[in-house]
Amino acid sequence: MTALAQAQIANTTAVEGDHRVKGRRITPYLLLIPGLLWLVMFFVVPMVQLAIVSIESKFPGYPGYYYLDWNVFNYANALSEFWPQLLRSFLFAGLATIMAFLIGYPLAYAMAFKAGRWRNVMMICVVAPFFTSFILRTIAWRQILADEGPIASTLNALHLLPGGHITETWVAVVAGLTYNFLPFMTLPIYSSLERVDPKVIEAGGDLYANGLTTFRRVTLPMSMPGVLAGTLMTFIPAAGDYVNADLLGSDIDTKMVGNVIESQFFRVPGGFPTAAALSFTLMAIILLMLFAYTRRFGTEELL
Amino acid sequence: MMALFSKTSGSFREAKGDLRLEAVTKKFGDFTAVDDLSLTVPRGSFFALLGPSGCGKTTNLRMIAGLEQPSQGRILIGDTDLTGSRPYERPVNTVFQSYALFPHLTVRDNVAFGPKRRGLPDAMEKADAALKLVQMGHLAGRKPPQLSGGQQQRVALARALVNEPEVLLLDEPLGALDLKLRREMQVELKRIQTRVGLTFIHVTHDQEEAMTMADTIAVMNKGRIEQMGTPASLYDLPRTAFVARFLGQANMFEAEVVSSTADTLTLERAGHHFTLPRKRAAVETGTVLYGVRPEKLFLSEKAPTDLPSRMVTLGPGRIIDVSFTGVSTNYIVDVPGFGAASAFEQNLDVDPVHNRPGDECWLSWDQGHAFTVATETAEASTP
Ligand SMILES: Nc1ncnc2c1ncn2[C@@H]1O[C@H](COP(=O)(O)OP(=O)(O)OP(=O)(O)O)[C@@H](O)[C@H]1O
Ligand SMILES: [Mg+2]
Repeated sequence: MTALAQAQIANTTAVEGDHRVKGRRITPYLLLIPGLLWLVMFFVVPMVQLAIVSIESKFPGYPGYYYLDWNVFNYANALSEFWPQLLRSFLFAGLATIMAFLIGYPLAYAMAFKAGRWRNVMMICVVAPFFTSFILRTIAWRQILADEGPIASTLNALHLLPGGHITETWVAVVAGLTYNFLPFMTLPIYSSLERVDPKVIEAGGDLYANGLTTFRRVTLPMSMPGVLAGTLMTFIPAAGDYVNADLLGSDIDTKMVGNVIESQFFRVPGGFPTAAALSFTLMAIILLMLFAYTRRFGTEELL
Repeated sequence: MMALFSKTSGSFREAKGDLRLEAVTKKFGDFTAVDDLSLTVPRGSFFALLGPSGCGKTTNLRMIAGLEQPSQGRILIGDTDLTGSRPYERPVNTVFQSYALFPHLTVRDNVAFGPKRRGLPDAMEKADAALKLVQMGHLAGRKPPQLSGGQQQRVALARALVNEPEVLLLDEPLGALDLKLRREMQVELKRIQTRVGLTFIHVTHDQEEAMTMADTIAVMNKGRIEQMGTPASLYDLPRTAFVARFLGQANMFEAEVVSSTADTLTLERAGHHFTLPRKRAAVETGTVLYGVRPEKLFLSEKAPTDLPSRMVTLGPGRIIDVSFTGVSTNYIVDVPGFGAASAFEQNLDVDPVHNRPGDECWLSWDQGHAFTVATETAEASTP
């Protein structure tokens, strides 16, 4: 096409655009209203409420009553007292994310490329756990990992278990987190691998890359959107989780920040501000990490 | 361009020479996709593999590329037996039917992928040179999803060419393009092939594409090669009914061989006799198919007289359809005892169409343009 013809086409679109500009400017915002209302009701309102609680103080003499005095020391106090639990949360969530990735990626890969007619069966196996309650399944794991259960007793018989227990240790908590969030890792990775054209992988082989190199240079980068989504969907809820630490961990050295928040809210008299401050801190750290993570992997590798 | 490619590394196999397939068979379960196929493609030639959908063209290419292993037979380049080796070990590259570009890499990185895997230090320069060759240098920074079909096709070509493979396989690379772009790309592909001098194996089911581009065409049918030769020789003298119909059009009717001399053959049908040179007959006895191409037929309103003896005349017949195509006018003529025949007449006059449906007419042609092939039933019964 000639430059002239192109310019003419550009002109026509510009003129048409002028007529419609008004309508076009308003419509998108109108369409946003239902979503915005939803956000305000279910996200902004509780957030503001929580933020307010996190800077309140106890009303002296009236247990269970608080007043707003912009007490930012709540944050300092909460952090100085509970930083080990906070740190542990990220450590456990990180370990669980790595484990879930190491298990979930090959699983998703097998489902996408190797399963053939077994693909649907595998898919059902991955999502089947969702049909029963999260708590029930975690309690079941407590039975499986218990001292008299098959795993611990076998390992003990072989003298392979230092300390003699699996439950009440960090291993059980990380294992529980890994297990519970595995589908959240597997499914996004599967859905991005499924979109990889097998011909593209063949092209890697055709262009002098052996199996491993093709995986590293072609398949893995192409599945990065799924890996990114999967790690976030595992790490974020795992960092805030308290059920696994509660049911599989000990009372001393495996508590996570979720457990602290839970007990400050429900069991410690006057603990509301501390719980709210911890919740906010947790959220802020996760948001920061999310930002750094998507900056690092999101823009470079995904597009 | 030749300077682009020099050293290799890893398990890559150096091999130079003609590509040879020796009695290659590929079975999927009990279905035979490629059946005892042997062929030699001379080094540096443009070879077209032509055939209908499902005849085994892609399977054949995939075996040459190493993406599929033959059930039987050998694949060699020069004297190097490549049977059983992995795709990344072969000096062969493919332009896939669907391009299969790496969507996460830029155009330049796509093209540099092969040279980088082979550890060439100047991979990027090679990529740029190859992109320039296919006139895509200005879009080197884009990602494949941001390109048009024709542009993606060029990138796929550059990505394969940059490796200067001994054999370049093209699997219907122009299939997704519109007619005009397709014609342009055909010319360009041919230009590039002449320039780089690599062996190109071009798969297509477009006979016109194969004829305009290739030095040699192999017509495939049901996993076998029916006939192989230059485009002109295949068109002029098809040796099977399938080739006659697949490459261009042909008027064909059954006739009996009634007599023969040392170098001619005479056939009979419905009281008419046709003589043709013996060297143009693929079968010389019994019931055969006698064929002649539509553009070889002359149409006349009166019974032609004073024709040289090498001319054959058939008629009278009746015109049942006339269609004007620009370059020529195509007539369908019903000849009693023979059925419908089609004749293409070049439009040399200003007002060319003066014959109307229903008009009586005679057909004549030079017996040197006729050919005989086996009838399809006879063909089907031979193993
Ligand atoms: N992996 C496979 N498993 C089973 N059958 C296959 C396989 N690949 C190809 N075939 C069969 O082999 C035959 C030849 O297939 P091929 O892809 O080579 O055809 P083609 O000539 O390239 O056709 P097209 O022009 O449609 O691309 C087809 O009948 C096809 O169904
Ligand atoms: Mg094909």
